[in-house]
Amino acid sequence: MNDETEPVSAAASWIPGSTGERAHDRGAGAGEGAVAVHDDGEAVDGDDGGVELEKLFEAETSEGDQELHLVGETDEMELLIERGAVLRLPEDAAPAVDSGADGGAADAHFGDGETMIINLGPQHPSTHGVLRVMLELQGETVLRSKPVVGYLHTGMEKTAEELTYVQGATNVTRMDYLSPLNNELAWSLAVEKLLGVELPPRATWIRMLMSELNRISSHVMWAATNGMDLASTTMMIFGFREREMVLSFFEKTTGLRMNHNYIRPGGVAADLPDGWEDDVSVIVDTIAGRLDEYDELLTGQPIFRERTEGIGVIGPDLALAMSATGPILRAAGVAWDLRKSMPYLAYEEVDFDVIVGTVGDTFDRYAVRLNEVRESIRIVRQVVERMPSGDYKAQDKKVTPPPRARIDESMEALIHHFKLYTRGFEPPEGEVYASIESPRGELGCYIVSNGSNKPYRMHWRGPSFVNLQSVPALLRGSLLADAIAILSSVDPVLGEVDR
Amino acid sequence: MVEESTASVQPAAAGETASGSVAAELVDLAGVPVMFFRGDEILFPPRERYLAVVAALKGAGFVMCSDLCAVDYLTHMARPLPEGLTGERFEIVVNLLSHSRRRYVRLRVQVPAGDAVVPTLFYLYPGTENMEREVYDLFGVVFSDHPDMTRILMPQDWEGHPLRKDYGVGRVPVQFKESPGPR
Repeated sequence: MNDETEPVSAAASWIPGSTGERAHDRGAGAGEGAVAVHDDGEAVDGDDGGVELEKLFEAETSEGDQELHLVGETDEMELLIERGAVLRLPEDAAPAVDSGADGGAADAHFGDGETMIINLGPQHPSTHGVLRVMLELQGETVLRSKPVVGYLHTGMEKTAEELTYVQGATNVTRMDYLSPLNNELAWSLAVEKLLGVELPPRATWIRMLMSELNRISSHVMWAATNGMDLASTTMMIFGFREREMVLSFFEKTTGLRMNHNYIRPGGVAADLPDGWEDDVSVIVDTIAGRLDEYDELLTGQPIFRERTEGIGVIGPDLALAMSATGPILRAAGVAWDLRKSMPYLAYEEVDFDVIVGTVGDTFDRYAVRLNEVRESIRIVRQVVERMPSGDYKAQDKKVTPPPRARIDESMEALIHHFKLYTRGFEPPEGEVYASIESPRGELGCYIVSNGSNKPYRMHWRGPSFVNLQSVPALLRGSLLADAIAILSSVDPVLGEVDR
Repeated sequence: MVEESTASVQPAAAGETASGSVAAELVDLAGVPVMFFRGDEILFPPRERYLAVVAALKGAGFVMCSDLCAVDYLTHMARPLPEGLTGERFEIVVNLLSHSRRRYVRLRVQVPAGDAVVPTLFYLYPGTENMEREVYDLFGVVFSDHPDMTRILMPQDWEGHPLRKDYGVGRVPVQFKESPGPR
């Protein structure tokens, strides 16, 4: 008994909290304490003291030795230090803990040495919405994990069955709220595939412009939240600042900052505003310059790289098996981008590169997204140069409304307008699947039509929902602190996961 | 897709065709009807051959399962289907993707309402885990041998499968644990 109590008191003498020192002294106190413990263990000669100290500090600052190990794997002296950490409690709480010096009670605070299941979320800023992740930890290392979703489920696929094809775009745009225009695009492409409508070139190019601007805003928004998760609050402000520029243009064009209902079956809701070329050029020029600031702030920054490199690695085979798409798949080295591989809109006519990573770690996913913004800027510049003139929607009176002025002049136009907004149109029987590359990956829309004015069934292949399956594979073997960085790098939008 | 179709609104070409099937060149599709609609290739494997056909397609380069969902055809049983195929109430719809061929192939598997059980694709494509759980949750179609056949979007104690066509829409009250219950 005495043998055990003595080290405790010895430890307590150099642990600051126990002797009533202030919190701000802790750093220095703990450092000295660590040296003192070592000195106790073996006498250190003056000669090799410097080397010893160096080794000691190296070990102390490396990740491995700072990790909390299981009780069984921890030596007695380390346990004492940890017990000292327990003693750094508020003074009134400390005695209760200390009372275990004579036996088992204090050891209860060290756990029984087995794995532990903890719950992350659903209310946690780093889970980006209401994502809950169950984690099995051994020490600080994540063994198994399971994302639990459904907190935002509002039955949007069921809702889609009650809305006409014209109204449907307002439903899907709310799913992935960071890339609403891409949602509308997937919906419109599916409906148009069902109808067999041909679009005028200008409508296609406007869609491409808006889709790419939306990709830029989504990726800088991701960079912002990722920065926040990795404690770079400057990045958060930067990202939101850039996103705001894009959203202002969206507001000018569509009338709304989010949930636009701008891309509709048959074309787009309105032509681009006068002077849009200047607006867009200013946006992309500014963001192109600011991306270099991001590089200065994060890409080359040692702390950021330490926190992201080699963390959450997923290889190409596993990523494919998990049906992962988007930046996760490309960071793993698979050059698969639907814009390039199976071009829709007019992507085969513009020049851009598919960005791939090599390692498939968190840093690669960051780098892929950042460079995708640069590619999107390239596309936007080409669109500004080459935007064709003409109609911004198909001139098919069954699918798109007549111009407002025609309604005053033509009875037929009035009837078409009325029919379209009350009953909508009726595509032929059949089922189609249309997919696009959203900022998060393959966004698919599967529609079954029974020939009525509402879809018989609408299924949404949300990339966030599918990509979340990769999370357990990414998290396995990483530290709990890195789990936050990894979750952030998956970029799930929970509105789309739960639908 | 835009280039393929010229007429503004054209009638469905459902039920037509057979030739030009990429999947048929790659794997033995004897007894599996093939249909084309709007350029999409659609296979109708019987439930017994579902796993075998998917496995063969995976071996032939369709390395990713893009999407898996279900449709409840309760109120639309007379849908266009290939000759000689009897439509059942449920259909499992699987979209497989071949990166090398840059092509999707779609499988539609008929599942009778009285025996709504389908073998899982989990062991071929681990990425179907969430999708199959979603189908189970919203349609009540069970995937045999799935490692975790539980609800994913709805609460665990929810009754019924909301995307079924006979599920009451707008029924009050909404089921929650603390609610007074159906009246």
